[in-house]
Amino acid sequence: MSSIGTGYDLSASTFSPDGRVFQVEYAMKAVENSSTAIGIRCKDGVVFGVEKLVLSKLYEEGSNKRIFNIDRHIGMAVAGLLADARSLAEVAREEASNFRSNYGHDIPLKHLSDRVAMYVHAYTLYSAVRPFGCSFILGSYDKDDGSQLYMVDPSGISYMKDMTCRELVKEVAKIIYIVHDEVKDKAFELELSWVGEVTNGRHELVPKDVREEAEKYAKDSLEEEDDSDEDNM
Amino acid sequence: MRGQPLLSPVIHREKMAAAPVMMPYFGQQISSKSDLVPDWTRQEVSTGTTIMAVEYDGGVVIGADSRTTTGAYIANRVTDKLTRIHDKIYCCRSGSAADTQAIAEVVAYQLGFHSIELDEPPLVETAANLFRASCYRYREELTAGILVAGWDKRKGGQVYSVPIGGMLVRQPVSVGGSGSTYIYGFMDANYKPGMNKEQCMEITAAALSLAMERDGSSGGVVRLASISEEGVERRVILGNQLPKFSTH
Repeated sequence: MSSIGTGYDLSASTFSPDGRVFQVEYAMKAVENSSTAIGIRCKDGVVFGVEKLVLSKLYEEGSNKRIFNIDRHIGMAVAGLLADARSLAEVAREEASNFRSNYGHDIPLKHLSDRVAMYVHAYTLYSAVRPFGCSFILGSYDKDDGSQLYMVDPSGISYMKDMTCRELVKEVAKIIYIVHDEVKDKAFELELSWVGEVTNGRHELVPKDVREEAEKYAKDSLEEEDDSDEDNM
Repeated sequence: MRGQPLLSPVIHREKMAAAPVMMPYFGQQISSKSDLVPDWTRQEVSTGTTIMAVEYDGGVVIGADSRTTTGAYIANRVTDKLTRIHDKIYCCRSGSAADTQAIAEVVAYQLGFHSIELDEPPLVETAANLFRASCYRYREELTAGILVAGWDKRKGGQVYSVPIGGMLVRQPVSVGGSGSTYIYGFMDANYKPGMNKEQCMEITAAALSLAMERDGSSGGVVRLASISEEGVERRVILGNQLPKFSTH
C-alpha cells in the first residue's frame, strides 16, 4: 500500500493527520526495494543468507559484504542502504565492546538488539537527521542461552524471530535462489554465514566447500521444479 | 611504590594498607601537636579484619569477624561485614570502612540497574568486574580489599578476589584482611577441593577463630552466610561458642 503524504512527509518530526510518520515509512521502502537477506534459527545455531546483487563484472568475489561480525558470537545480516547498515554495524560493535569492558562478559543478544534499536529510533525523532534506510537481523549462539534471532527495522522496533529448520544452510541457499528467480537482475553472489554449535559459538562465513554444496543443492532443487512445470504443459 | 606484588606490605607515607600487615593500623596522621582531641578521633575507621570465602558445588560460604576499629578503640564490636549486593551476590569488606561501604553502595546500584535492563539475575562475574572497575580506577584514593561471592545459574558458586590495587581473580578459596596472614598455613593444610556446604562452614568458622585469636584488629563474633540456588542462609557464632584451639 503506497500513499503519498503531501506536506506531512518532509521531515521525521512531523506526524500526518492520521498519526503516521511518513519519513519512517519511506525508509522502510528502501529496505523493501533491496535484495533479500535471510536469517534462520535452529536448535543449535543460526544461519544467515544474503542475495548480493552484482552490479558490475569488475567487482571481486567477496566484496561488498552484507554480513558483519558484531562480536565473536554475534552476526548481523542487512537489507537496505548499505552505507547506513555499515555505520549501524559500527554502532553495534561499540555497544558490544563497551558492554564487555564494563561488565566482563559477552553482551546478551536481546540487550544489544534493544540498544541498537534505541539508537535507530533516536534518528526518527528529529528533522535535522533522516532515519536509517536499512533493516537488519542479529543472530547469536551460546551454550547457555542457545540460538537467538532478532530483527531491527528503521522505526527502531526490535523483535524476536522463531523458526526451526534442519538442513539449514542448504535450505537458506535454496530460499535465496528461489527468491532471486523473481527479480530481473541475473548476476548475484550468495553470501552465507553461520553461528552455532558447529562453529563453537563463533560467527563465521560458511566455509567454501559447504557453500558450494549448498549452492549445488539449491540449483538442483530449482531444476526439479522447472522440470515439473514443463510436464504440466 | 605502585606495582608491587599484591601480598607484600604496601606502605604509604601516611596511610597503612589493610592487606597483610604485621603492625596495627594507624590511619591518617595529622600533626600530633593537637592535644585538644584524643588521638583516636584522628584515626581512620578501619575494618582491620579477617574475611573469607569458599566455593562448593552448588554455592559459596562466606565469613567475617565483627570488629571495626579507630586506632586501638573498637568502634563497633558487632559489625556486619557481609554486605548484600544483590539477591544472591554478597561481598566481604576489609580495609577502610568508609571506602568499602561507599564502593559497595555504588556497585549495588549499578548491578541493580544492569539486572533490570537485562531482565534476569546478574552474574557474579559482572558484580566482581564492577568492583574491580571502581577499585582500579580510584586505586590511589582507596583502601579496599574485597571478596565478591555468590551464586548464578551459569557458573554456580563463585568467589572473586579484588584486593588493594584493583586486581581481579577468581579463586576456589580466598582469605583477606589483616588477620588473613595468620591462616594461610591453616588453609593450605586443611582445605580440600570437593567439600560440601557444612564442611565449608566448619573450616571457615575454624579459620576465622584462629585469626581472631591472634590478630588484634579482628575479633567479636563470627558471621557466616551460605549462598546457593535456594537462597541465602545467615548464621552468627558467638564468642563462647567459637571452636577452641588453645591448650590452656
